[in-house]
Amino acid sequence: MTAVVAVPVAPTRPWQRRRAALARNGALVAGAAVMSWLVNARTDLSGFLGHWLAFSLAMPVLALLSSVRSGRNVATDSFSAALVTVASLAAAVPLFSIARTVWQNGSKAFYSSYLTTDMRITSSSDPLNMGGVLHAVSGTLVMVALATIISVPLGVMSALYIVEMKGRFAGVVRFLTQAMSGVPSIVAGLFVYATVVIFFTGFSAWAGALAYVILMLPTVSRTSEEVLRLVPDELRAASYALGASQARTTFRVVLPTIASGLLTAAILGIARVAGETAPLILTASYFVATSTNLNEPMASLPIYIFSNLGLGDSNAITRAWGGSLVLLVLVLVLFVSARVLSARLRRKRL
Amino acid sequence: MTMEEPDMQTLTPTTTNQGGVPAKATHGAAGSTDRPAGGLETRGLHAWFDRHHALQDVSLQFPENTITGLIGPSGCGKSTFLRLLNRMHEFIPKAAMAGEVLFEGNDIYAPGVNPIEIRRRIGMVFQKPNPFPAMNIGENVTAGLKLARVKVDNKQELVEECLTRAGLWKEVKDRLKAPAGSLSGGQQQRLCIARSLALRPDVLLLDEPCSALDPGSTLRVEETIIQLSETMTIVIVTHNMQQAARVSDYCAFFLSEGGPGHLVEADLTTNMFSNPRDSRTADYVQGRFG
Repeated sequence: MTAVVAVPVAPTRPWQRRRAALARNGALVAGAAVMSWLVNARTDLSGFLGHWLAFSLAMPVLALLSSVRSGRNVATDSFSAALVTVASLAAAVPLFSIARTVWQNGSKAFYSSYLTTDMRITSSSDPLNMGGVLHAVSGTLVMVALATIISVPLGVMSALYIVEMKGRFAGVVRFLTQAMSGVPSIVAGLFVYATVVIFFTGFSAWAGALAYVILMLPTVSRTSEEVLRLVPDELRAASYALGASQARTTFRVVLPTIASGLLTAAILGIARVAGETAPLILTASYFVATSTNLNEPMASLPIYIFSNLGLGDSNAITRAWGGSLVLLVLVLVLFVSARVLSARLRRKRL
Repeated sequence: MTMEEPDMQTLTPTTTNQGGVPAKATHGAAGSTDRPAGGLETRGLHAWFDRHHALQDVSLQFPENTITGLIGPSGCGKSTFLRLLNRMHEFIPKAAMAGEVLFEGNDIYAPGVNPIEIRRRIGMVFQKPNPFPAMNIGENVTAGLKLARVKVDNKQELVEECLTRAGLWKEVKDRLKAPAGSLSGGQQQRLCIARSLALRPDVLLLDEPCSALDPGSTLRVEETIIQLSETMTIVIVTHNMQQAARVSDYCAFFLSEGGPGHLVEADLTTNMFSNPRDSRTADYVQGRFG
């Protein structure tokens, strides 16, 4: 037998030509930038938007021209790739623009204890080294939490009724939740005002949370329904064949399987309401101090922004921007943590 | 019931002295006139899906502690028949049935019978492995107990016993906490068998349990099935003639021939393969059609 010499072999990915692609794309972007600069210099186009427009047109054209020698398929491919890239960047522009504007204006309202004080002894027009948003942050968190605790079980149960029980009124329930998802948020607030605020609670955190519930419920229910439909019938059959009742099957097999999806449903519900102003104007109203009394009016970030904006004073407007920044960050933190949690839930079952 | 066909295709253990049938097939019938535990019998069983008549007039007996293979081409109603035996048929919308399924002498479709109790005692393993993805391997084995609210003193022991009987213990004993989805298809199927065993059913129904398995896993599952038949009645649907010949004591041949599926012939497996009464059975078991 001949001796086999082990040749060290390094793993490669011949289907990925990273460096070549990087060089090519770099050249493309640079070329498009030069072209857009030239166009802006020679025409009436100017400013960020002018450059952006010229760049968006130049890049697909350049991509097409640079690959036209390689044949029709390659040319089409690189033209489409450039078009899709430019379009996706365009979609991101408003987002970054908003974030940048909010940061620029909002950060001026910040000082060392902006997040730890409230407005009980500060007037909106006072200097920016007094007062804060603690009352609004805590109010938003309390009312969103309250609304989540009420609407998630209700929404999930209505989805269970439609998908798992296939009850007699499943179609009706489904139609109504769908119709409810179109209710304008001010109408939800008005409804709670007319039914609860006037007769029972007055302006209160409870009323605000109820208005939130009306808005969250359709989202939670619809999303849970979609997720429930993803559970394969084989799993239900397996459970029934083991002598499980429908209730046991639902709560021990179906719901744990889609735990991460239900979390997503809850997040979408929260996302629906967290930044809403309209439902709170007529329900929770506004209160300048940090409060945990659910039977009293309660502050919230959207109303904090709304009321400060309405005053017209320059300090008040800066405070409104500060509130916007806090609200953006709050929603971001909420989303990221929920995503992480959801991914962890999914990883556990491979 | 039609005139040209016999009312009942009996598979009574009285025939078991012929044809080299395993001795175990006789022990349930020895002198017992009343229904033994795990005895199963159908009388004039029909099934419909909405208007479609899927199964016509099947009368069969499954003596306790035997293995019966249900064979026949696709769409002949074998799986439908199997699902009628533990009341899984009724989960299909617009499904209907007629006739009787006698379990230990009592009709499982009689009013007042709890289908949950029936399914607990008549277990089922499906064609496609369906472990619970949100549970780990160990939890999957005891899932049936949890779902059926059965209390067990020593869970560890039970898990080991069931996995051993399903021929999976050696492969998974060090990773009982791993998610069930991390197992291969063959291992998942044996896990599903172990899950059914944990409830200690009297009857086990298997719907093409090996159709997605490699030959090695198939062999192990077959060994498991033969072992299990010492303590329980087993009904297995299979498309694999060799498998039917290898594992079953009795065979029942179904055919649809355009109309509803019906029973052509049922007998000792040895007779079915060597000396079938019906020419269609001979054609099928020898691979001339189907």
